[in-house]
Amino acid sequence: MIEVISDSRCIDCNICVEVCPTDVFEAVDGGHPVIARQSDCQTCFMCEANCPADALFVSPLAGPAPAGSPLTDETFLASQGRFGEYRRWLGWGYGRRPGSLQDRNYVFVERIRRAAEVGEVGEVGETNGQPRPPGHVPHPGS
Amino acid sequence: MSRRRATPAVVPGEVDVLVLGGGPAGTWAALEAATRGQRVALADKGYCGTSGSTAAAGNNLWYVPPVGSARQDAIAAREVAGGHLTERQWMERVLERTWDAVQTLADWGYPFPVADNGEQRRNSLQGPEYMRLMRRRVRRAGVVILDHSPALELLVDPDSVVTGAAGIQRQRAGTRWAVRAGAVVLATGGCAFLSGALGLNVDTGDGALMAAEVGAELSGMEFSCQYGIAPAFGAQTKGLMYQFAAFTDAEGAELAGGLFPSGLLDVQRAALRTQVYARLERAEPQIRQAMRWSQPNFFLPFDKMGIDPFTQRFPIRFVLEGTVRGTGGLRLVDDECATTVPGLFAAGDAASREPVTGAISGGGSHNGSWAISSGGWAGAAAARFAAGRPTGWSTAPLRPAGGPGLRPRGHHIVGPRADDVVAALQSRVLPLEHNRFRTEQSLRDSLAVLDSLWSAVVDGLAPDSSDAHAVVRSREAAAMLAHARWMYRSALSRPETRGVQVRDDHPDTDPALVHRIRVGGLDRVWTAVGEARPDTHPQARVPGALAQMAAS
Ligand SMILES: Cc1cc2nc3c(=O)[nH]c(=O)nc-3n(C[C@H](O)[C@H](O)[C@H](O)COP(=O)(O)OP(=O)(O)OC[C@H]3O[C@@H](n4cnc5c(N)ncnc54)[C@H](O)[C@@H]3O)c2cc1C
Ligand code: SF4
Ligand code: SF4
Repeated sequence: MIEVISDSRCIDCNICVEVCPTDVFEAVDGGHPVIARQSDCQTCFMCEANCPADALFVSPLAGPAPAGSPLTDETFLASQGRFGEYRRWLGWGYGRRPGSLQDRNYVFVERIRRAAEVGEVGEVGETNGQPRPPGHVPHPGS
Repeated sequence: MSRRRATPAVVPGEVDVLVLGGGPAGTWAALEAATRGQRVALADKGYCGTSGSTAAAGNNLWYVPPVGSARQDAIAAREVAGGHLTERQWMERVLERTWDAVQTLADWGYPFPVADNGEQRRNSLQGPEYMRLMRRRVRRAGVVILDHSPALELLVDPDSVVTGAAGIQRQRAGTRWAVRAGAVVLATGGCAFLSGALGLNVDTGDGALMAAEVGAELSGMEFSCQYGIAPAFGAQTKGLMYQFAAFTDAEGAELAGGLFPSGLLDVQRAALRTQVYARLERAEPQIRQAMRWSQPNFFLPFDKMGIDPFTQRFPIRFVLEGTVRGTGGLRLVDDECATTVPGLFAAGDAASREPVTGAISGGGSHNGSWAISSGGWAGAAAARFAAGRPTGWSTAPLRPAGGPGLRPRGHHIVGPRADDVVAALQSRVLPLEHNRFRTEQSLRDSLAVLDSLWSAVVDGLAPDSSDAHAVVRSREAAAMLAHARWMYRSALSRPETRGVQVRDDHPDTDPALVHRIRVGGLDRVWTAVGEARPDTHPQARVPGALAQMAAS
């Protein structure tokens, strides 16, 4: 869940207010937005991806971080390079290359597909012991 | 003074095509309608470009080149895996359409990776990049985008033709919106019951509820029990990388492993009695960086927790993805993605994906291709329908069709609270013991609870209309409850194990049940036999005794 809006980094652009799919933030006239409905946060990291100032930290926990958790401690998180982390992977921001250029999902999907062909993949009883048809991908979900 | 980037769009009073939902299905639909010179508006509950399953998760596609027998092989394989509920003609169309659409994405500049041979590899779309691009194209096409504007109900004309929708603007103090439209495309995604699975809390099945209120029917709702694997601390249900996992129980004994989590069903069964752990120990060190670049949203949560998933064992849990990575949804009646209701078209996860995924999850490649294809078809058909409407639709009186969770029938009853309704229905649909491993008894027990909840909701669930979030939540509660009842009634009508449905009291696949199951109704939920042996492939075989369990 969203835990931190950094006071020192935020430039009040309200992009996070706009892009959060579950409307967690609330704009504040003349100030930083606030986390108004944390319990509605679905931990999708989209606000982090879109914040131009690397001012947000979304903790990976499905619930609120316990009191005193380092996941709410801005100084600690900054020292670990946690702000703007998802943006770096996506390659979003000035002067960066899109991370998708390094997407190798095809390798991992292909790996499963080939395993299915040679029968290494034992989906549960799916073909009842009969040979698998060629090219069968047992839908890995990604 | 804080800055606003852009002034939010003005709600148009009338358009030709109104698209509800702005994920891949909705954006492809809007583009297709707009290219035909139609006035188009798209309303999303959240924000078109970040909202929904694809934006957060990303999509590997069902993307097969038109080379040799590749497509026929892929189709034949799916017919078997999908329990013979697929349709060859739909699969062919989807493969073709996806191929073309991906070319379009390349032309628009989607940054596809380039393989060693210098060719682009185009079978994967990273969510944030893909949906940001789709938003840009939709805007450029002149579509009016209404963000943070969940639709609450459909509007029908005196002939019961769907002629628009109405909703609420939750970032504008709950101002109501209503748009008259010549046709409506429902692309509101599936229903994941607020389980928290990656990006899915916007997908609460609102579209199917709205459609059912005007008489639409559904299909495949028994195949709605897809669970994703997530680290226990979170709910990020990206699954592909678990092909490198070894799964162990609390004592450290190995439950399953291998190249692919072969015995995933066994692992889920084990999860009923023990905490299950995983470790991606089978990934060779030299491929780990490529794994990270491929699925940064899989690794991000571990990095933030300071866990190295390659070397450290971490507890996992199974999170319901409902109909998003299940199969069921609104039943389409023709190639154009029409529903059973005139003026109403459906696309993406809002529609049943049985034609291309059959009885198993399509959430590893087929769903994304289906969203692209069905979105395009639905958008085009809606545009044609709108253009062909007799004059007069612009001025016909419209009736709002919304009921449960919006307009309680009882007047003096103290109704249930939406949050309590959600908690109660979740207790019957989220746990593996109720939904993964089904028996007639457990289904009936669940339905008893859900049916009485439904009566209470219909009579008395009344949101505080001054609170936009409460209004939306109330409607979502009703939609999820309707889904739970459709899902379990359908499951009762399929006394066998097929695809993702596992019936512990009927562990075999019954050759007599190679047909789809239609379902519909709200107060009284009915089921009926649907298309029988839609897959008429001559060599069709009945799949094996146990469900195919993909590592979705
Ligand atoms: C973790 C995960 C990984 C996946 N990986 C793959 C994969 O690799 N390959 C694949 O093919 N599929 C995959 N899927 C499935 C795939 O993402 C979906 O099938 C696809 O997103 C469906 O597109 P859609 O447009 O129908 O729905 P969504 O993308 O979910 O979009 C629905 C939209 O409707 C909006 N909405 C909801 N209710 C309303 C309302 N009342 N009014 C207005 N708008 C509303 C939502 O805000 C949302 O923007 C995955 C799913 C998950 C959960
Ligand atoms: S997006 Fe970032 S910089 Fe902009 S208001 Fe939100 S936190 Fe501040
Ligand atoms: S993580 Fe997602 S749901 Fe949570 S605040 Fe950010 S954008 Fe909103």
